[in-house]
Amino acid sequence: MSTSKSALSNIFGQLTFWRGVRAIVFFLIFWQIGSLLDDWTGYDLFGIGLVPPPTDVFTAFLEVIPKHGYWMSWVASFSRVLTGFLVAMLIGIPFGLMLAVNRYFRGVFFPPFEILRPIPPLAWVPASLIFWPTNEMSIAFVTFLGAFFTIVINVLGGARNIDISYLRAAQSMGASQFHLFWKIVLPGTLPSIFTGAAVGMGITWEVVLAAEMISGGGTQGGGGLGFFIWNSYMGGSLEQIVVGMISIGIAGYLSSSAIRKLGFVLMPWRRLF
Amino acid sequence: MVKNTAKAAKKGAISIKNVTKVYDPGGVNVMAVDNCSMEIAGGEVCMIVGPSGCGKTTLLNAIAGFHSITEGSIEVDGELLCGPTKPKAEQGADRMVVFQHGALFPWKTLQENVAYGPTVQKAMSSGEAMDKAGQMLAEAGLGSFIKKFPGEVSSGMARRAEIVRALINNPKVLLLDEPYRAMDALTKQIMHESLLETYDRTGVTIFFITHDLEEAIFLGDKVHIVTTRPCQLKKTVEVNIPRPRSYETQSSEEFRKLLDEVNEAVHEEAVKAFKAGERELA
Ligand SMILES: Nc1ncnc2c1ncn2[C@@H]1O[C@H](COP(=O)(O)OP(=O)(O)O)[C@@H](O)[C@H]1O
Ligand SMILES: [Mg+2]
Repeated sequence: MSTSKSALSNIFGQLTFWRGVRAIVFFLIFWQIGSLLDDWTGYDLFGIGLVPPPTDVFTAFLEVIPKHGYWMSWVASFSRVLTGFLVAMLIGIPFGLMLAVNRYFRGVFFPPFEILRPIPPLAWVPASLIFWPTNEMSIAFVTFLGAFFTIVINVLGGARNIDISYLRAAQSMGASQFHLFWKIVLPGTLPSIFTGAAVGMGITWEVVLAAEMISGGGTQGGGGLGFFIWNSYMGGSLEQIVVGMISIGIAGYLSSSAIRKLGFVLMPWRRLF
Repeated sequence: MVKNTAKAAKKGAISIKNVTKVYDPGGVNVMAVDNCSMEIAGGEVCMIVGPSGCGKTTLLNAIAGFHSITEGSIEVDGELLCGPTKPKAEQGADRMVVFQHGALFPWKTLQENVAYGPTVQKAMSSGEAMDKAGQMLAEAGLGSFIKKFPGEVSSGMARRAEIVRALINNPKVLLLDEPYRAMDALTKQIMHESLLETYDRTGVTIFFITHDLEEAIFLGDKVHIVTTRPCQLKKTVEVNIPRPRSYETQSSEEFRKLLDEVNEAVHEEAVKAFKAGERELA
């Protein structure tokens, strides 16, 4: 039963993999033709004549790959994203769970939370630049906020939607309040926590990159991928702009895959499909 | 641990006296149970039959201690669970519920689910509890599924596992809320045989809510037909078919007669409930 299932999912996995590869190849060909048509015919058919073709971008990629600064941009952005995201998870999960299970806690903290939540993270940038002593701390704070609200809302929603029968069953069998919180509410909320984490991770990347562009980064590499793009723009290198954009795409993909992997490990009961 | 042989230990007598339950008295004010009384002997299989929404689950929840009652009292083996001075019963492992929609923890395997009770009660070490759980699941015919998550097994298996999870706590009373609803007839047969077998082995008192009249007669010692909302006891039909029962009894003359009797009483209430529904909609 399980072998046929995994064989089946293998076939599907391969199918989707090759379908994905084919789609990307088509996309690249389309892009190449689109950007070259302008040069060949003087007629910008797809409206992307100004965009450098994939071959030029590839060359630019090969140029930056050996450069230390490019990789330092990766490191800088990744460490900002991870810091903000992890702190948001560490504070957001218990905070959301407390909001869900404790009426008094909810009464005190939910109203201010709901007022602050609609403020887009980037609107916090000026205030936090003034409030926090260093640029780095302001970026970290804004990044944290971006993920925090999303995570809390998902945890809260997930925890409040737990089937009450689970709580009743556990309590009838003698579970303490403490046990109920950590062994029933928490695992029952894990799926929502991971939904929140996936969305939060996306927001974190957006916020980090925007903050890097706004704050101007500072030294080479320390500015992160956002600053890398900004710098390429200032230097007039269209190819490098696209290299930066694709790098961000890859970085975002790696981050969300990591979250999926972690979800897979921590929620074995959700692997059934 | 005392091994119960059927009829030897007659614990788990439930006495429901003049129980009234009004939901949200200051607001929507729904009277779900009205002055309802019922006596259930220890070790009896008591089947509750009545129209949808009449207050059966409400009554069960009051016994389990999931919510308070407004008036009356409930006792188990002469001990007051809830009454005038104490409107809400404590939840306890002496009264285990098998829920209407199933409540195995999806994040635990069947074995971990069953081991849960004795582990949190610290009645056994977790190793012992897991061993015992594995053994009890095997006895229930689930030996090759103990490492599966609830989402990986059929609804029938999940139901059986949930009953095992309840029984490992040695409850006095097993409270089942339409556990086999939405199961096909074949699966139901297997569930019934398995439950009867369990009952013959443990002699636990069973409080069983159902819509299925044949199920009620086939399993029960008594069938309590309750009225449309608010819930009151309308009629009790005694089922004197000897145990162990097998499927052939369902085609016997006696079984048919009992079915007619129950059907008549239920039908009356169903018509009332339907008319009440029409009035509400009009
Ligand atoms: N928490 C509640 N608040 C208000 N009304 C409720 C609540 N729970 C159940 N009811 C109402 O009480 C009645 C009895 O419900 P229930 O005991 O679930 O019926 P049954 O199990 O017999 O189908 C229904 O009309 C239902 O709408
Ligand atoms: Mg019900």
